Amino acid sequence: MTPDPVAITRAEVAHVAKLARLGLTADEIDRLTGELAGILIHARDMGELDLTGVEPTTHPLPLVNVVRPDEVEPTLDRDEVLAAAPEVEDNRFRVPRILEAP
Amino acid sequence: MDRAYEIAASVRSGERSAREVIDGYLDNVAARNDELNALLLVSADAARASADAIDAVVAQGKDPGPLAGVPVVLKDNLCQRGVPTTCGSRILEGWKPPYTATVVEAVIAAGGIALGKANLDEFAMGSSTENSAFGPTRNPHDPSRVPGGSSGGSAAAVAAEFAPLALGSDTGGSIRQPAALCGVVGVKPTYGRVSRYGLVAFASSLDQIGPFATSVSDAALLLDAISGHDRRDSTSFADQLIPVAPSLNEGVAGLRVGVIEELTNGEGVAPEVRAAVSAAAAALEAAGAIIEMVSLPSTQFGLSAYYMIAPAEASSNLARYDGVRYGLRVDGDDLSTMNERTRDAGFGAEVKRRIMLGTYALSAGYYDAYYGRAQRVRTLITRDFDRVYENCDVLLSPTSPTTAFKLGDRTADPMAMYQSDVCTIPTNLAGHPAMSLPWGKGADGMPVGVQVLAPALGEPTMFRAARVIEDAAP
Amino acid sequence: MNTETKWVPVIGLEVHCELSTATKLFCACPNTFGSEPNTNVCPVCLGLPGSLPVLNARAVEFALRLAEALNFDVPARSVFARKNYFYPDMPKDYQVTQFELPILQDGTIDVDGVPIEIERAHLEEDTGKSTHIGGAGRIHEAEYSLIDYNRAGVPLLEIVSRPDIRSAEQARGYASELRAVLLAIGISDVKMEEGSMRVDANISLRASESDEFGVKVEIKNMNSLRSLGRAITHEIERQAAALDAGETIVQETRHWDESENRTSGMRSKEGSSDYRYFPEPDLVPVAPTDEQRDAVRNSLPELPAHRRYRLVEEWGVSLSDARILVDAPGLADYAEAAVAALNQGSARDVVNMCTGDLLAYTNETGRIPDEVPLTPTGLAELADLVGDGTLSRSLAQEVFADCVESRKNPRAVVEERGLAQVSDTGELATIIDTVLASHSDAIAQYHAGDDKERKKKRGFLMGEAMKASKGKGNPQLLNQLLDERLA
Repeated sequence: MTPDPVAITRAEVAHVAKLARLGLTADEIDRLTGELAGILIHARDMGELDLTGVEPTTHPLPLVNVVRPDEVEPTLDRDEVLAAAPEVEDNRFRVPRILEAP
Repeated sequence: MDRAYEIAASVRSGERSAREVIDGYLDNVAARNDELNALLLVSADAARASADAIDAVVAQGKDPGPLAGVPVVLKDNLCQRGVPTTCGSRILEGWKPPYTATVVEAVIAAGGIALGKANLDEFAMGSSTENSAFGPTRNPHDPSRVPGGSSGGSAAAVAAEFAPLALGSDTGGSIRQPAALCGVVGVKPTYGRVSRYGLVAFASSLDQIGPFATSVSDAALLLDAISGHDRRDSTSFADQLIPVAPSLNEGVAGLRVGVIEELTNGEGVAPEVRAAVSAAAAALEAAGAIIEMVSLPSTQFGLSAYYMIAPAEASSNLARYDGVRYGLRVDGDDLSTMNERTRDAGFGAEVKRRIMLGTYALSAGYYDAYYGRAQRVRTLITRDFDRVYENCDVLLSPTSPTTAFKLGDRTADPMAMYQSDVCTIPTNLAGHPAMSLPWGKGADGMPVGVQVLAPALGEPTMFRAARVIEDAAP
Repeated sequence: MNTETKWVPVIGLEVHCELSTATKLFCACPNTFGSEPNTNVCPVCLGLPGSLPVLNARAVEFALRLAEALNFDVPARSVFARKNYFYPDMPKDYQVTQFELPILQDGTIDVDGVPIEIERAHLEEDTGKSTHIGGAGRIHEAEYSLIDYNRAGVPLLEIVSRPDIRSAEQARGYASELRAVLLAIGISDVKMEEGSMRVDANISLRASESDEFGVKVEIKNMNSLRSLGRAITHEIERQAAALDAGETIVQETRHWDESENRTSGMRSKEGSSDYRYFPEPDLVPVAPTDEQRDAVRNSLPELPAHRRYRLVEEWGVSLSDARILVDAPGLADYAEAAVAALNQGSARDVVNMCTGDLLAYTNETGRIPDEVPLTPTGLAELADLVGDGTLSRSLAQEVFADCVESRKNPRAVVEERGLAQVSDTGELATIIDTVLASHSDAIAQYHAGDDKERKKKRGFLMGEAMKASKGKGNPQLLNQLLDERLA
């Protein structure tokens, strides 16, 4: 059964923002709580359908076993790659300190 | 407007120079782009150089290809090496891809000339191009109105004669709807017909690249040039595809056409739009087709399913924009803070909304109810289409329920905006092809579009029907 | 609080093994170790906007080899999934892995006669490498980090055992055996020090009379088989002590510190991770065909367990010797080639030389058996010389060292240095008599003493005789002659 979408709470929205690494302001969180509830309410209608025996569509095409041979091809030019980087040190991408291991 | 195939023929024969062609179009761009904001980037110098190169090839007696000297506008979510690709977002402002999309390579290999990058709703999320970080695009028929979206810039460019051809992308209607609103032809191919390699992903199981043109035969020309297997895209068809151009004028005698009841007679469909669909059906009938009303009840769940699936996939596809490797970075004391500030500053409201929606739909405890369920509803919709296609060759419906609305009209209510796609979304969910063609104007003087739909790989039949409709259109 | 409670360790091991394909899992970048940072990258493994993955056929083949080796089920179809989380060493901020439908399920591996069940094995892409700068290289004291994406996209096979393992020794045995199998079927070079095989352990303790499972703790950062054993031993003790003291075990990930010989808690995240798995839309399912599996089955070399068993049967050597031969890369091949070249020599001698002198040499020089200056045929010749009595076993060791250094064959060395064993009875009798003549007091003590004293004196005399013969005296003959004289 589809849970009641109008029941999405502000706390949940704040949690989802953290999962998505979106640094939302308090106002944005408030606004989004209302907007998401408004959109999710439409998900209710899907809850009424009888989906017994209906498999999910993970791929629209019935393709399987698409593979490529294990052969090396040219890589990108490192300078071109690093030129796009916000911060580089020692030919590597530099990021601020990481507080949590994954 | 000159037809693309006429331009190509005259350039190939030497009758016209590609340089002269491109100069003409660049003049058109210069005249109206400031007003319309259809193109974010105009590659004038590069385009002229390409044109000169095409002329040189012709001078050597060689054939530059089916798109010889034809200017093509590229939606700004298509990668072109060394050319800024913004996706209409601040988060990619200034980013230059180190590689080129397969379709762009195909256009260039066919002799086409990349004229510029077209404006779009940010990351292709939207139905009006008002979500671009670089200002909206205006409808050439009435600049106070939207061109539709998300490929609004591409549609407007063709409508305003900036180029005879353009490429857009369609995830829930983003080629067809702006085509309808701008009075041009727009095609979403079967999922897998055209390579997605180099198309910045929005919703991977729904996205397709497709052509904009002013005529059905021009659309066929471009579609055939970009279709085909790409070993760099695991979801592209491996088998040989039947081109659409050769059979274009074979007519519709005996063709079985189904008019989709729920979409054509849905509430919210403007009377003139409904009338256009009826008239188009009548035109097909006059040409020998067999018309009947068909019912696709599952289409009413299309919007709900789409607004679970597309944002979910998008939330994952857009995670990579984190300020680490390219694009915008807003500093922070630690990594997570940097990520959050970058994404907060870099993404617009609609993108944030969809990332939030999508993340929620996939999150622990909600997957089965939202994303999981929506993917199963999607199967129902596909089955519904399959059932109807047992007795029909093509289907007919409106493209957009209304003509182009005024800028600002629907920005306050996301759901109101989402309703624009109710007729187009089901085909994306099923992976089927569909196209929009113009059918006259509405009471407000704005273009009206009708949609032809076909089963998977049914493009040749779809184009035949479209050709007949085009001839009969006011 | 019951200090008498017997705690049963419940251990599961997760092994990540880097596949030795030429290219990465989803792109054609080279899969090599030690290249300049960010030189083996492309739009796909960098996760650039618009890039798409395409599966490496060889990675699938390698997974199917493991299926054959360890009797896995291969489901009709397996699906890739996205594991979504943010971390800078992941270019897309999601990892493409397999979740609900892995490529292999339900395998078994024999560990010292005990079958350990393997729940699943699946394909996934590796992450890039982060280097933490400032603060001793540990993550939470660092000022900033540097990322190299060369490793991003390298194919991994993640192999997850059922929690059937009951001790640190068994865990070590499992890891060692799995390592041998992976090496034998040629899908990975499994070098723990280089990170091409990584082992994480999940450990909990169950009270022996209870059915209830304890809280699981994950241990990471064990960089060798030895570390694995020590870390697990330590963790079992830590948990037992805590439980005996009435404390609860915290479910967490702990980091093994080899230098400090203990595990420490890593900074824990708020709540457990929500990876929001969903099927990867950019990749289609994998459906291995019977033809593929047959081709793999026919191409597989002999597996370690079978080879060990066969060598024990054929050569009569001990299981531990057979294990040494099979575990060291190239050594069993060398030994088998040597045995095949024998004339009158014994397989036993070959095995002893291989597990002794040869292995010591390869360990010291870092060479593989193939690179040793003494070929299998040469070693066979050495064994033949011992077998026909020309050379004593003790001198054979010297000859081996000489051959390897001088690159001469054994016969030449024996001749040049005059090391041939003396088996001339007359000559040996003279030596014995000379020795006995100069040790008449020892002889007297021998006859006067008890069994223990006799053994001692006899040994002494025998030693003197060997010395007098410069080690070349045929020991059996010397013994015989001595016995005659002492009788």
